[in-house]
Amino acid sequence: MDMNSSETWIVIVAIGIGSFLIRFSFVGLIGDRKLPDWVLRHLRYTPVAVIPGMVAPLVLWPPATGGEPDLARLLAAGAALTIGYVTKNVLASIFAGVGTLYLALYTLNILG
Amino acid sequence: MTSTTSKSAYWRGIRNGLPFLFVAIPFATLFGVVATEAGFNILETMGFSVLIIGGAAQFAAVQQMVDNSPTLIVIAIALAVNLRMAMYSAALVPYLGSAPLWQRVLLSYVLFDQNYALSVLEYEKRPEMSVGEKVAFFVGAATPIIPAWYGMTLVGALVGSQIPPEYALDFALPITFLSILAPAIRTLAHLLAAVVSVTAALIFAFLPFNLGLLVAAVLAMITGAQTELWLERRGKWT
Repeated sequence: MDMNSSETWIVIVAIGIGSFLIRFSFVGLIGDRKLPDWVLRHLRYTPVAVIPGMVAPLVLWPPATGGEPDLARLLAAGAALTIGYVTKNVLASIFAGVGTLYLALYTLNILG
Repeated sequence: MTSTTSKSAYWRGIRNGLPFLFVAIPFATLFGVVATEAGFNILETMGFSVLIIGGAAQFAAVQQMVDNSPTLIVIAIALAVNLRMAMYSAALVPYLGSAPLWQRVLLSYVLFDQNYALSVLEYEKRPEMSVGEKVAFFVGAATPIIPAWYGMTLVGALVGSQIPPEYALDFALPITFLSILAPAIRTLAHLLAAVVSVTAALIFAFLPFNLGLLVAAVLAMITGAQTELWLERRGKWT
């Protein structure tokens, strides 16, 4: 990471202020006016629109292996996705992902 | 409104919010660990959790900073992850819009997924609540989670620097993102938005400053919205 401390704080404070303004937007400033349907319809998809694109390169080309695809990490990602989708439970998904990662790293190391 | 009924609404909020500690505690700890591993000091790590209070946005910001994205891109991507809060804010207006300004400032600071969902359920169940009671319930639902969020971030930050690299903590971050993502895929519209996001992010990866991700996010949001409209027209959207 190249950022120095003052740049880091600028980013943290800017995201903090921005997040507050997003939360305050309607209940605080805009009051009783209603958001148009088309805006709400797009806002509904922000998490599923941003997160997959951000994660895909990290899963396919992990920086920790120098960008080489890594079987243990691919299996872990698959387990986290599957269990999260089936159970709809964030924690179960995290445990499945981390458990699979360690199991796969350990097994592949032995087979090695 | 009397202060006794507000007090009981506040306690009811706390009781309903308690189960979410099981999500907040490990999640905040993990953030502390990941941020420390990424090279942030304890004060900076705490800064994220105190000023932003949004797990996904905090993880996104850390990831972008590790990637050395330009400042503006880091901020844009973290805020994009938090944009859904604008939807929550809009949905709360009919219930809380007439509360005093200082209360609306306070509850905006502690607005996040869980207490939003709990409160809207409660307001629909008990429409007779006064605005004061509604505010009290909302703040009550946030009360157990906020100190846990700060405290466990600190614990994670203190522990994180002592974990050796063999533990592959680099991958805690992608796993956490996937774990937030997978349960959010509830409909065909969500699924298609996610597929477009991945595809476009990989296709546009050549763009400088991580702009590819922003392009992918916009395309994916449009995909989700259009799929929803299409399903609605066919009478398959509930």
